[in-house]
Amino acid sequence: MEYFLQQLINGLTLGSIYGLIAIGYTMVYGIIGMINFAHGDIFMIGAFVSLIVFLILIGLGVTWIPLVLLLVLIVAMVITAAYGWTVERLAYRPLRGSFRLAPLITAIGMSIFLQNYVQLAQGARTKAIPPVITDGYTLMTSPDGFVVQLSNIQIIIMLVTIVLMAIFAWVIAKTPLGRAQRATEQDATMAALLGINVDRTISLTFVIGAALAAVAGLMFVLYYGVIDFYIGFIAGIKAFTAAVLGGIGSLPGAMLGGLIIGLIETMWSAYFTIEYKDVAAFSILAITLIFLPSGLLGKPEVEKV
Amino acid sequence: MSEASAGTATASAAHTHAPRRNPLKDALVESFMAGLLAAVLASFILGVRTVDAPGGLVLEYRWHWVLNAFLIVGVGRFLLRLFWWKEGAALPRALSAASGRISGVVGQRLLWLGVGLVILAFVLPFIPGIQRYHMDIAILVLTYVLLGWGLNVVVGYAGLLDLGYVAFYAVGAYSYALLAKTFGLGFWTVLPLAGFLAAIWGMILGFPVLRLRGDYLAIVTLAFGEIIRVVLLNWQEVTGGPDGISGIPRPTFFGLEFKRFGENTFHGFFGIEFSPMHRIIFLYYIILVLAMITYFVTNRLRRLPVGRAWEAMREDEIACRTLGINTTNTKLTAFAIGAFFGGLGGSFFATRQGFISPESFTFIESAIILAIVVLGGLGSQIGVALAAVVMIGGFEALRNMEWLQEFVATNFGVEHFDPGEYRMLLFGLLMVVIMVWKPRGLVGSRTPTIFLGKEKKAISREYVGEGSG
Repeated sequence: MEYFLQQLINGLTLGSIYGLIAIGYTMVYGIIGMINFAHGDIFMIGAFVSLIVFLILIGLGVTWIPLVLLLVLIVAMVITAAYGWTVERLAYRPLRGSFRLAPLITAIGMSIFLQNYVQLAQGARTKAIPPVITDGYTLMTSPDGFVVQLSNIQIIIMLVTIVLMAIFAWVIAKTPLGRAQRATEQDATMAALLGINVDRTISLTFVIGAALAAVAGLMFVLYYGVIDFYIGFIAGIKAFTAAVLGGIGSLPGAMLGGLIIGLIETMWSAYFTIEYKDVAAFSILAITLIFLPSGLLGKPEVEKV
Repeated sequence: MSEASAGTATASAAHTHAPRRNPLKDALVESFMAGLLAAVLASFILGVRTVDAPGGLVLEYRWHWVLNAFLIVGVGRFLLRLFWWKEGAALPRALSAASGRISGVVGQRLLWLGVGLVILAFVLPFIPGIQRYHMDIAILVLTYVLLGWGLNVVVGYAGLLDLGYVAFYAVGAYSYALLAKTFGLGFWTVLPLAGFLAAIWGMILGFPVLRLRGDYLAIVTLAFGEIIRVVLLNWQEVTGGPDGISGIPRPTFFGLEFKRFGENTFHGFFGIEFSPMHRIIFLYYIILVLAMITYFVTNRLRRLPVGRAWEAMREDEIACRTLGINTTNTKLTAFAIGAFFGGLGGSFFATRQGFISPESFTFIESAIILAIVVLGGLGSQIGVALAAVVMIGGFEALRNMEWLQEFVATNFGVEHFDPGEYRMLLFGLLMVVIMVWKPRGLVGSRTPTIFLGKEKKAISREYVGEGSG
């Protein structure tokens, strides 16, 4: 029981990170109907920028950790958002209106490019930093001495995710940007006719998705302390699985899917074999797409002739 | 998406919206902004490098790289703006005219070009000055040509984007390695067997994804490819895990082995002096013949009813179903046949290398094969072959560019500059650039092979915005 509780906590933490990345996939899919294959690598760039800015600030002698983390968060979000914007502008916008697989292919090219760009700029070796936020709370101790821990970093990750989700839900529901986004999602041509700047809305979608991925990147750095240029690929596929499982295009779905994927992965590693945890996630992707293509919270897609 | 925003949206927008503004000033402002963006992008990734040091990571500041990024992008954009993105600019017009002329000339003589290439391929080992190194590259290129033609069936003919093609390549390679090591079967026995095993896997993997639409199908095939790799990596007892399988037997020439010593040796039988080149040349002809078989089979299949069905499905799946074509079977045959050739390629890979491990079957391999098919022009066989030659040959050339290395070292003072490191970077960039520039591939031929009536009416995909797949 205690063991299970611990895994639950770990799974929810991991799931929060996946959920933040998954939002980027689901928004982009909702609005222009393409799989942004490079989104995982945007997340990876967010993690690298976080790590580097963190090291710079520490090097400058800023020692108050909350301030450091806030600054890191802001810088990482801005820079990663710039990457998201640029990728959309260079690789996807010129192909709007082309055949359906064209942007997917450029997205794969972009993904390969970004991975190798970071590898060349930063080196292929894994980058590790010592834990920044230690400490935590002991929730309970089982008779045989197993301690259930809720660490501060886990609390921070879940809190940040909840706060961001709340802000984000508000943006989508209440602001003009959110309305423009929903309108573009439903019918881009009609939205354009009604005076919505569709190109700008789509760009902003990428910017928001990338900024959230940057947050996920920072959380990843803080939680694991180890990154390399390849983390984006696997994390990207898992986050995409989360988006599909939750119902692609649905924002609460992305979060729910992220949590489920995080839980499944953690439980699988805890109770079965850790080697096959990726297989578990990939199998869920295949099973969902085959038996439940519209996901848990998504709307079924109508094929128009 | 019906907003047909062209690739040069900003530039053309500037023209249509504000004809009275000073174009030079516009260009300057725009270039400055682009440079600024590049500097922001470069700031922490290029400008600061994390270096491992005894006490943890230390930072190495390279702010001149940020300035470089600013200057390169800013000046580049300015030049493009002045000479490229304007109406009636001479340079792009000349380029598109040239490319049109080249594709016109090549288009008429595609057959002769193909025949020429085949003849060249057959006499290649006997051209004076060809060394082992060249033969190795030629074998590699032909392997990719074979794989490209195999994947072309799935992606080019049937229009199903398969991102996990490397899985079948792996199945072929491991089939041969395991059958040869465990049961002592020879290469020629296993070759068709490996193909069929891969085809069966193609059907097993193809079956569940049949209902999926284009991009979902792509992601699921990617997931399958990764699953197979992870299984190969972890199923230690059978596959040897990350250590792979070594000592895979070499192919024999009608039972004659390519060894220096022994009973039935090739050089002993023919009474010639032993040379390690014999085996290389033999391998070269094996892959050449396999590739030619692939070409022939896929080319003929295209004219069979099933080939027509593939094309029909690619053009419009709903219409295809409405006309009574069984799309399930059509998709499965495409998957199986594509996988079959992947399996042949894998078998050959195993016997050539003598050693295989899951390392060789990563997603990047699938991406390279896919890029060859896509950039060569979906469905165009000669295009796929040319793309394989250019890309794989280009990679190898990049790896051996000592002159560039020296040039950079003497002119820019950068030591340890290895152009080979940049090949994947360039590869990703090429995929984007070529796709944006020519979405139909460099030698594109996606038009259906058969038309109603004598006249080829303008109904090809060039004019259809979106197809399902």
